[in-house]
Amino acid sequence: MKLAVLVNEGPYQHQASDSAYQFVTAALRTGHEVMRVFFYHDGVNNGTRLTTPPQDDRHIQKRWSALAQEHNVDLVLCVAACQRRGLVDEGEAKRNSKDATNIAPGFRISGLGQLIEAGVEADRLVTFGD
Amino acid sequence: MSTLNIINKSPFEKRTLDQCLKRIGAGDSVLLIEDASISAVSGTAFTEQLTAAAAQSKLYVLQPDLQARGFNDASLLDSIESVDYEGFVNLVVTHERVHSWL
Repeated sequence: MKLAVLVNEGPYQHQASDSAYQFVTAALRTGHEVMRVFFYHDGVNNGTRLTTPPQDDRHIQKRWSALAQEHNVDLVLCVAACQRRGLVDEGEAKRNSKDATNIAPGFRISGLGQLIEAGVEADRLVTFGD
Repeated sequence: MSTLNIINKSPFEKRTLDQCLKRIGAGDSVLLIEDASISAVSGTAFTEQLTAAAAQSKLYVLQPDLQARGFNDASLLDSIESVDYEGFVNLVVTHERVHSWL
């Protein structure tokens, strides 16, 4: 079955991001397709490559990036949520005259249309948040 | 036309479990995850309401979340089935709709 996931909370703050990750890996393990994970509100903080958690802790961002690389999961950050919180890719850096980027590998910044599309195209959309 | 209702709040803090149980139709299911998983423990103020709800709905708890909060399956209400993440995925797939009560 084709699944999509919505994550509304940031890493290390609420269990939502961990729950979503465990759900996605279990879905892939059991042979389902995860066509997209959409990160909204504080959820976009999952997509910064500048985090350095303690070595004995899980690295939430790298875990997501690995999923994108190994299973082709489309990781999409909401553009308006990114602008508010300082999540920047090349295009956003240029458009808003920023001196750096911080988006992690496997993530891309796009609009809410991607969430709507996930809701329409996937058989189920599962929301994780507070 | 069944719906999987996902509850993630402790019923001792928020009212989403109560609100959900009062509104779901016969044949719908409820999955307790994150802080809501503790409502599946027997002998709480919610035992009676959950036992009554189990007469017409299937109730599930995400076992890893319950375990992370210091409880094992032995503490579970008889009317609640424990599932792992693969069981969670299976519930999503076998219900026509999924609703997270955030």
